[in-house]
Amino acid sequence: MHITPESNGLAAASDPTRRDFIVRSAAAGSALALGWTLPGEAAAQAGLAGTELNIWVVVQPDDACVIRIARSEMGQGTLTGLAQLVAEELECDWAKVRTEQISPQRNLAAQRAWGEMGTGGSRGIRTSHDYVRRGGAAARLLLLQAAADDWKVPVAELRTRSGVVTHAASGRSARYGQLAGAAAKLPAPDLKAITLKNPRSWTVAGQPLKRLDTGDKLDGSKRYAIDVRLPGMLSAAIKACPVFGGKLVGFDAAKVGTRRGVRGVVRVNDHTVAVVADTWWRARTALDALPIQWDEGAGAAQSSATIAAHLRGGLDADNAFAQRSEGDARQAIAGAARKVEAVYSTPFLAHATMEPMNCTARITADVGEVWVPTQNAEASYAALSEESGLPLTRCAVHRLDLGGGFGRRGGNQDYVRQAVSVAKQFPGVPVQLIWSREEDQSQDFYRPISMCKLSAGLDASGALTGLHVRVSGQSINAYVAPQTVIDGKDRRQLQGFWSEPGDAQLGYSVPNLLVEYAMRNTHVPVGPWRGVNTNQNGVYMECFIDEVARAAGSDPLAFRRTLMGKHPKHLAVLNAAAERAGWGQPLPAGRHRGIAQFMGYGSYSAAVAEVSVNARGEVTVHRMVLALDCGHAVNPDQIAAQVEGSVAYGLSAALHGEITIDKGRVVERNFDSYPILRLAEFPKVETVIVPSYDFWGGVGEPTICVVTPSVLNAIHAATGKPVRSLPLKHVKLA
Amino acid sequence: MAKLHVNGLVREIDVEDDTPLLWVLREQIGLTGTKYGCGVAQCGACSVHINGEVRRSCSIPVSALGPNDRIVTIEGLSRDRSHPVQQAWAQVDVPQCGYCQSGQIMAAAALLAKKPKPSDADIDEAMTNICRCGTYQRIRAAVHVAAALPKPAQG
Repeated sequence: MHITPESNGLAAASDPTRRDFIVRSAAAGSALALGWTLPGEAAAQAGLAGTELNIWVVVQPDDACVIRIARSEMGQGTLTGLAQLVAEELECDWAKVRTEQISPQRNLAAQRAWGEMGTGGSRGIRTSHDYVRRGGAAARLLLLQAAADDWKVPVAELRTRSGVVTHAASGRSARYGQLAGAAAKLPAPDLKAITLKNPRSWTVAGQPLKRLDTGDKLDGSKRYAIDVRLPGMLSAAIKACPVFGGKLVGFDAAKVGTRRGVRGVVRVNDHTVAVVADTWWRARTALDALPIQWDEGAGAAQSSATIAAHLRGGLDADNAFAQRSEGDARQAIAGAARKVEAVYSTPFLAHATMEPMNCTARITADVGEVWVPTQNAEASYAALSEESGLPLTRCAVHRLDLGGGFGRRGGNQDYVRQAVSVAKQFPGVPVQLIWSREEDQSQDFYRPISMCKLSAGLDASGALTGLHVRVSGQSINAYVAPQTVIDGKDRRQLQGFWSEPGDAQLGYSVPNLLVEYAMRNTHVPVGPWRGVNTNQNGVYMECFIDEVARAAGSDPLAFRRTLMGKHPKHLAVLNAAAERAGWGQPLPAGRHRGIAQFMGYGSYSAAVAEVSVNARGEVTVHRMVLALDCGHAVNPDQIAAQVEGSVAYGLSAALHGEITIDKGRVVERNFDSYPILRLAEFPKVETVIVPSYDFWGGVGEPTICVVTPSVLNAIHAATGKPVRSLPLKHVKLA
Repeated sequence: MAKLHVNGLVREIDVEDDTPLLWVLREQIGLTGTKYGCGVAQCGACSVHINGEVRRSCSIPVSALGPNDRIVTIEGLSRDRSHPVQQAWAQVDVPQCGYCQSGQIMAAAALLAKKPKPSDADIDEAMTNICRCGTYQRIRAAVHVAAALPKPAQG
């Protein structure tokens, strides 16, 4: 099998793994729809009771509309946003909207009618808005036709509003619940022929509606996967070799086998051991007491210092992938009236989802089931099938909303495989695998480490004539799907510097531009991490452009504007942020502003930070204004929540976040050594949404790429010195 | 055998003395609203009230508690999500993923019981639980909203 990377360079972001391939191939096979043999699955596939108008909409007798959701909800609000899009076209009563999540086995049995389930890359809404809206619109057309048939009037004379069809001329009306039975018997409308509403006239979508999924988060009744309780369930605690690439040699099970509640010590795979007990606490304490022998392997010789040296070598190496080469940047810089050069670096980072990795599995000789928090339910499904050795038709994934995702629970279904491996050794008994926080910190797929050397040339008038960007660092694609990266040519690591519009385009025009990537992989596993690559590259580009502006004697905003004439959308959000923040207006004594703009995940972002640095060098971020053009704004309040979230995630990384390596393993194994931003450190955040209504951009990730550079630029303004490495806790500012 | 007073009921629990209250609540009593986050009293996802004080249950061994210690978990805060903090959280639409919110709500309820009209500085000092989704701004706003609502009935 060979998988071709997608042309946009986001190959790994789309999880082009064997697991997805398995599900896709199975869906394409015709025999599959016939052979469903999983007990209970038929009932599950019937879904919530009511009349199904199409795959997206079920109408219940009390007029409630059930809207089906294929994507994963991990706090980002996609469930509410997708429901708003369907409800907008359906014109149902929003107060009576319910949602139902589709399982991957149900999707597969229906030949993947619900499409892609992966939830990452800020794609949840932007890649499914069209078909979900058409689903809502088609259901409405059926209801209209049913009323028209019943009343013997033309459809054109009917109106719908809030779940009621009315005929003004005759004064008749009927509720959706009354019409659904007849509507469901009608032939489905041609989806392609449907004209969707103009988003400027939306009344349900586009509104700052409350989330649909808040209630049970207020009283502890919401069940996350970690809360699953099954009859006879056992618990497993797990430990993988702390050195990446190391192997499990052996363990002395007899030392813990007689402890209360312990049911077994099992080899999970060639580098992982687990203790299974009647409770997790007993499993975990037994695991801590278990003598384990590891073969740590070659990775044990690695440290943060060796990795840094490896990356530094990439900054000046002759051989690099020149992703953009326009004009002659080297020559322009060499001959420039003034040169600016700087080297920046960003560390490995852990995701630290609040709900640690966990999965519950029950495997018998013929059926495999998992209960799992997943950003990609189909990847979980394939992992279950592969690891259990059972065909997909005898496997079921019970997906639960995630206690945080941030890219950790997408393509890498390591915790699902582990749970299945353990449960296989206890046939028929459900086993709940929970990672300790220490395991979660130590066995992540980290945000890749990188460095960046930037050089710029200015002419005598202070105009930028040449820019050379050299990123040296680890490649996600090379880790996830090595066959997609040939000769280190991985453009994904240069997200935000691309020339083509639409996803992660550089917002500056420079006459002589060279953008290069020197791939420098390490033994540390890497993966997507909220806004990955644009958040590192945003720091590099946006802090450096401030340095260049200073060298040119220009105001950072004015200098950027001179480079953005051909990028009106980038410029518009920059101007929106500057205006709301009062750029150029006086500030209280000791406060300074920094600005940044960048693009990623299909949307345009800009930020202005207000910062002070005291005599001890301590930083306070007082206020941040963020502007976002995501094209269409489906729920402005949830967009604001995601912007606030990106500030928390980005600022936490900027101030505190760092995974270091010693003797091949992670040093920061819990929140005492990997501090997370807390409420007292959170600035006042103002979100300015600048929708241009002509594209669909992402929301969850884009703004994180401007959080850190705007803060660092404000610190530069305060101290007169640039900050070129992170986290700030290591940088002496006084 | 430990005797614990949880949400108004006395429970007899047969566990090892060093078992943290968190795991007794989750695994012995079946109250899963109190969450495991770090196990080292850093994140606050496991916050409960013990005798009216907010405490991190992951780091309290069951042997340190007696039947006279009144433990209240998120499930016992109100019968019907009517505690002012719960009402305010709904009004402000605070939660994102929601995993840390049991602990956040318990911390806020304890703060308001002591300081009915907390200042921003009071909130900074008391609300130290970790949220990875970034709901901090809404938590701050919701604490102020809760402070303006009628006080909860004494339970």
